[in-house]
Amino acid sequence: MTMPFYVSPEQLIKDKADYARKGIARGRSVVVLEFDNGILFVAENPSRALHKISEIYDRIAFAAVGKYNEFENLRVAGVRFADLRGYSYDRRDVTSRSLANAYAQTLGTVFTEAPKPYEVEVVVAEVGPEQGTDQLYRLTFDGSVADEHGFVAMGGSAESIGEVLKEGWQESLTLSAAAKLAVKALGRGENGEQREIDPAGLEVAVLDRARPRRKFKRLTGPKLSELLG
Amino acid sequence: MTGSSGPLPGLPQPFLVPGTSSFSAFLADFDASLLPGAGLTRAGYSSAAASNARSGNGPGPFDSVPHGTTIVALSFPGGVIMAGDRRATAGNVIAQRDIEKVFEADEHAVVGIAGTAGLALELVRLYQVELEHYEKIEGATLSLEGKANKLAAMLRGNLGLAMQGLAVVPLLAGYDPDREIGRIYSYDVTGGRYEEHMFHAVGSGSQFARGALKKLYKADLSETAAVTAALEALYDAADDDSATGGPDLARKIYPVITVVDAEGVRVLTDAQVEPLVQEVVRARQSSPDGPNAALPGSGGAS
Repeated sequence: MTMPFYVSPEQLIKDKADYARKGIARGRSVVVLEFDNGILFVAENPSRALHKISEIYDRIAFAAVGKYNEFENLRVAGVRFADLRGYSYDRRDVTSRSLANAYAQTLGTVFTEAPKPYEVEVVVAEVGPEQGTDQLYRLTFDGSVADEHGFVAMGGSAESIGEVLKEGWQESLTLSAAAKLAVKALGRGENGEQREIDPAGLEVAVLDRARPRRKFKRLTGPKLSELLG
Repeated sequence: MTGSSGPLPGLPQPFLVPGTSSFSAFLADFDASLLPGAGLTRAGYSSAAASNARSGNGPGPFDSVPHGTTIVALSFPGGVIMAGDRRATAGNVIAQRDIEKVFEADEHAVVGIAGTAGLALELVRLYQVELEHYEKIEGATLSLEGKANKLAAMLRGNLGLAMQGLAVVPLLAGYDPDREIGRIYSYDVTGGRYEEHMFHAVGSGSQFARGALKKLYKADLSETAAVTAALEALYDAADDDSATGGPDLARKIYPVITVVDAEGVRVLTDAQVEPLVQEVVRARQSSPDGPNAALPGSGGAS
């Protein structure tokens, strides 16, 4: 019979965190940024069916990087959470804050109690009635929540992407300027080299303040080319 | 493990179980008390209603809840119109003059309801969430047939209440992008689903409305003509059925009119409906029974 090795809690947590970080770093990145009339989501994603960006509710959308089955599970749970709340109370009572809290609790519980943490990073975004009232919550694999302003980059080369966004982002960017900035940022590699990204390999969506009820809209085909042109 | 033993913070376990993309199925599993009419079956209220109805002892308990009345729908080339009057009645009392009974189910379908108003409104609300939920989970909208079948399944869930006097009778109309036509589906309380061609009406004034549409309907009606035909049909329903409300010119309460075509659902504004209603009412002043049809051999239309 073998005796199990003693592993200190610090080491255990560190191992789990490293494991999750490595998993997330393998995937391609997603950028979320505010523009004058809403919130823009851009992901490098060659698949047209397996989305990284999705609608959750009227004003709320979801973006994720990492392991598809895990964030898909969270996305479906989020849609159920939002629809259930909207159905039992009112559409206005569905908020990104409560959803971010629920995700944070779930991720935190999985991180500490499950043998394997979720290898995901998630953004929950809510478009407000006017500029400056938008909300961006970034959730990491261990359940930490950060309330972000302006822009978020997640995934493989999040750091170098974040630097490009930091340089270029300002309030009241137009949609087209924001999209160009996002694509430029996604093309920036770890070592600072810049590569071109084909629009066909991009998944782009907006939460558009001007739309009537459901603010979420995917941008594809000619509309996208026009935007990036 | 995030096992189901004991409450864990965050999203409850059923939220994280993959599988269904149906909101009502999820709701039935997670908290069935939130389903439309769930409280009524539990309350034993329904057995009182049933015994009252059997013994025929005056008004049953459900006579005092509002009922919605007449809904009409007719197709025209490239789309479909649905219209409803604005009256809800509780027994012989007008419960509401400006109730809305035609709703956008999603971007390409509308649903109108007759029957027990409270239950019907809940059912419509669940149906709207159901369609949007499916669309968000699956990333694709249901086919029109799929939407029609889903509504049938939801009605079947209400059968027990329907048998005790709380019937809900919906009418579904939508645009079928595959066939590029508007289509109409009617239902019975058991969830039977029937596709109607050309036109249909449900509710207490439906026989009169259907009679009117039978004489007014043509396959090549323009959108405006189809709207006018719907208004005429509702006028006739209100003329002969006390539970259906006619256009209320004094209060400016007009029927709700929705148009569904390739562009999606449009609810006509009061400003758009008003002139058409006034035209119909003006014509009725000289001809109270409405437009006449030409009879063969009578030497032309009157």
